[in-house]
Amino acid sequence: MTGTPPDSRVYVAIRNLVFRRGGRVIFDGIDLDIPEGKVTAIMGPSGTGKTTLLRLIGGQLRPDSGTVRVDGAVVHDLPTRELYELRKRMGMLFQTGALLTDLSVFDNVAFPLREHTRLPESLIHVLVLMKLHAVGLRGARDLMPSQLSGGMARRVALARAIALDPCMVMYDEPFTGQDPISMGVLVKLIRDLNRELGLTSIVVSHDVKETSTIADYVYLISSGRVVGKGTPEELEHSDSPWIRQFLHGLADGPVPFHYPAPPYADDILPSHG
Amino acid sequence: MLNIFQMLGRSALDVFRKLGRANLFMLYVLGGLPGLLTRPGLVISQLHSLGVRTLLLVGVSGFFVGMVLGLQGFNVLSDFGAEQTLGVMVAASLVRELGPVVTALLFSGRAGSALTAEIGLMKATEQLSGMEMMAVDPLWRIIAPRFLAGCMAMPLLATVFSVVGTLGGYFVGVQLLGVDEGAYWAQMRSRIDFYDDVLNGVIKSAVFGVVVTWIAVFEGYDAVPTAEGVSRATTRSVVYSAFAVLGWDFILTALMFGEG
Repeated sequence: MTGTPPDSRVYVAIRNLVFRRGGRVIFDGIDLDIPEGKVTAIMGPSGTGKTTLLRLIGGQLRPDSGTVRVDGAVVHDLPTRELYELRKRMGMLFQTGALLTDLSVFDNVAFPLREHTRLPESLIHVLVLMKLHAVGLRGARDLMPSQLSGGMARRVALARAIALDPCMVMYDEPFTGQDPISMGVLVKLIRDLNRELGLTSIVVSHDVKETSTIADYVYLISSGRVVGKGTPEELEHSDSPWIRQFLHGLADGPVPFHYPAPPYADDILPSHG
Repeated sequence: MLNIFQMLGRSALDVFRKLGRANLFMLYVLGGLPGLLTRPGLVISQLHSLGVRTLLLVGVSGFFVGMVLGLQGFNVLSDFGAEQTLGVMVAASLVRELGPVVTALLFSGRAGSALTAEIGLMKATEQLSGMEMMAVDPLWRIIAPRFLAGCMAMPLLATVFSVVGTLGGYFVGVQLLGVDEGAYWAQMRSRIDFYDDVLNGVIKSAVFGVVVTWIAVFEGYDAVPTAEGVSRATTRSVVYSAFAVLGWDFILTALMFGEG
């Protein structure tokens, strides 16, 4: 153990989590603590099941063994009704934004409010404009999702994720495929929202640079295990070759450049006999 | 040899597994129907996109089918000097068979395929998943109103088809070929029974409505969430609907008209 998360109440606690899909082990006994009110980053190479982890926390998938506790409740043991109550306190930002394509920007942000509250339309109008203002897209309220750039779509999705004033927001690869400016905007938004709304934030990403600037604490996951954890500074000075390779983006190292293959010569030269 | 049996067994298992999924799916969706009472707007907007937008297609097709029936019927009946009963022939063919069956086939091609593609794409773009995370059940919020609207639209469309078809038969038979107008309508009124013909036809169209909409929403929800998966699901939706409609038509016809 290289240290525990900063002193703070644990909002999400994952213990000995095992998850398999189609015979492949995605998580092989993972322990994670997500402290309340902080930005926790979960990093790792593509295909290590980082998105799967968010779905396990959100209760969309069930672990094969181990427990996922959110705010004290074991997510996968909750009856549907209570699970849905819990989800009202979580926001999730999908990689694609997952905006409802037949609704305008305004109606997308209003969607959770209209589904879950009986607020009068005039109040919903105010709330939606406040959320859109927070992400800087108040002027885009009448656009349709198809008219938005990728970065704008993610900001609208973020406004929608915070529409119900959740305690926690999960960001699934928020920086992937963004130009430097919208990347900067998203970094600022995640940090500001976390500070001003007191949100617990989980950022799943493989963008080391951006994630390191906002994360209070980082977990590195690879091959179904936690291979490193600590504050960004601690990890920066880690002497583990794997962590160094990942953080510095080296082409070869403990993670080999070549996918496992038979010897080069055997593959290329015609086989003898 | 063993491989053939293995393959047969495996595909049989796949079929039953899918049937099981489809049934559980529908059971859950039905649980969402009472909730729609408080939000009729959801159903009405779907009635518009599934029903009203199919109306023109159904109306035009119905008129042409009616005209063809008028022509064909006149040719056969006039050989026996029975062209006065043309109205009976046209109306019976329409309300008993062609109305429900052809409407169901058109409905699955126009509305069912659109439903499958819409739901499949919503799944592929994580909209359904996103809704779940917003604590909104997509089966109740998205699927249930579409299912209910489809079930309601089908009998109405089939009725329109039969009515317009009867007018098409009238247009050809009476206006063009000179069948007596009074005979056309009077024979129809005296020989078409409300319960035996009209009501049975409506029941048929209601059954087809459930079957076609069920297949459409399930195929969309069960689609592999990729471009190819959605395209395959849409094709399957139309093909399975056609088989199901024709199969059920035989069963229902045997039950309703088998002894007569």
